[in-house]
Amino acid sequence: MKTMTKARLKSPWVLHFDCGSCNGCDIEILAALTPKFDAERFGIVNIGDPKQADMLLVTGPSNKRNQRVLKNLYEQMPEPKVVVAIGECACTGAIFHNCPNTNGGIDKIIPVDVYVPGCAARPEQIVDGIVLALQKLAEKSEKEAD
Amino acid sequence: MLENISLNTIFSIVLIFCAPIIGGFLMGIDRKLTARMQSRMGPPIIQPFYDVIKLWGKEPFISSTLQPILAFCYFGFSLTSFALLALGQDLLLIIFTLGIADSCLIIASLNSKSPYSVLGGKRELLSIMSYEPVLLLTAISIYYVTGSFMVARIFYLSYPLISYLPLVFIALIPVLVIDLKKSPYDVSASGHAHQELVRGVFTEFSGYSLALIELGHWTKVVMMLSLVSLFWATNLIIGICLALVLFFIVLVIDNVYPRLDWKSMLKTTWSIGIILIIANIVGLIARVVMHI
Repeated sequence: MKTMTKARLKSPWVLHFDCGSCNGCDIEILAALTPKFDAERFGIVNIGDPKQADMLLVTGPSNKRNQRVLKNLYEQMPEPKVVVAIGECACTGAIFHNCPNTNGGIDKIIPVDVYVPGCAARPEQIVDGIVLALQKLAEKSEKEAD
Repeated sequence: MLENISLNTIFSIVLIFCAPIIGGFLMGIDRKLTARMQSRMGPPIIQPFYDVIKLWGKEPFISSTLQPILAFCYFGFSLTSFALLALGQDLLLIIFTLGIADSCLIIASLNSKSPYSVLGGKRELLSIMSYEPVLLLTAISIYYVTGSFMVARIFYLSYPLISYLPLVFIALIPVLVIDLKKSPYDVSASGHAHQELVRGVFTEFSGYSLALIELGHWTKVVMMLSLVSLFWATNLIIGICLALVLFFIVLVIDNVYPRLDWKSMLKTTWSIGIILIIANIVGLIARVVMHI
């Protein structure tokens, strides 16, 4: 089972979902995936298919329109999986926390493993968050093995 | 003599079981070289193995019970076509077995309600339609030179096949690009980082069925490259080098060109590919006629 955990840590495929972000955090996520930071050297691949993804990166406060989509994407991902909330809005709702149309933080809809604060979160912070998420993934993998 | 044959057969059988592993390393080298071409570090060479092991351990999500069976058939038939090649069997049979492997993938992708998967399957059908005539004509031109469709007969030639069929060799480049699912002809399933139809034919696969598809793809790559190496069968080491050079050319093409639509794929392979092969055969016939 050790091999399995190692393989999981070495190839986290990420799915990126924007649920109503201002695009600031999305630009930073894409910046973290560019050749400068070279996420692929850790095996990180940006994959568009929830069925093949291990990690869900969510930006923006979820709102009443897209909470269904967010939940659907989460449910379509096979276990083991981790969710990373990127940016202040995804973590708490930030300045939109009491807007009538938003839910204020994605953890009201799906369970979140790692919170990356910042408006917008910097690429270095995002990479740090993903490393934390990998530790969570290892824990989940070990728990599954037991 | 008998001992010699059995030794060759044992070597072939070992090679058949090693084919997916060799393919995995080739895909790792592919990702590393692509990264270096984009001035990145790139993942380790064994990255594809991590991916497949991880996929094997994921929770199985099966949208149709037929899909895992067909994924297994894709891997099985790819391996069968490589086995036929390694044992020096009929070229036509090899090409048709490869066709069956692809058909399994197409049936699996059409057997779902996802529009992305269905559209990917249709595009995969178009890519088969593009390269299959070129492959068949390649087999026919090899028949013209050796007088047989058997792969084993190629080894009896005194000169390498490429000296008779240089244009056919060039015509195989777009075929290899389509088969490796590389830009500009990766319409059926997008490679990494540039999605168009989510993941095309692979959209509905996940977990171990996707791992089987990956293994099948690796075997298919090895099978196509060994087909190329037959062009210098008099010295197989040169033949393997030739195949690796072609592999590198395909990677350069992948990094230089953006994705083109299926119409230009069909036009390139059917016009340039078929014209090159026919010109080659006509040239061979003309040479024989001139001698007489």
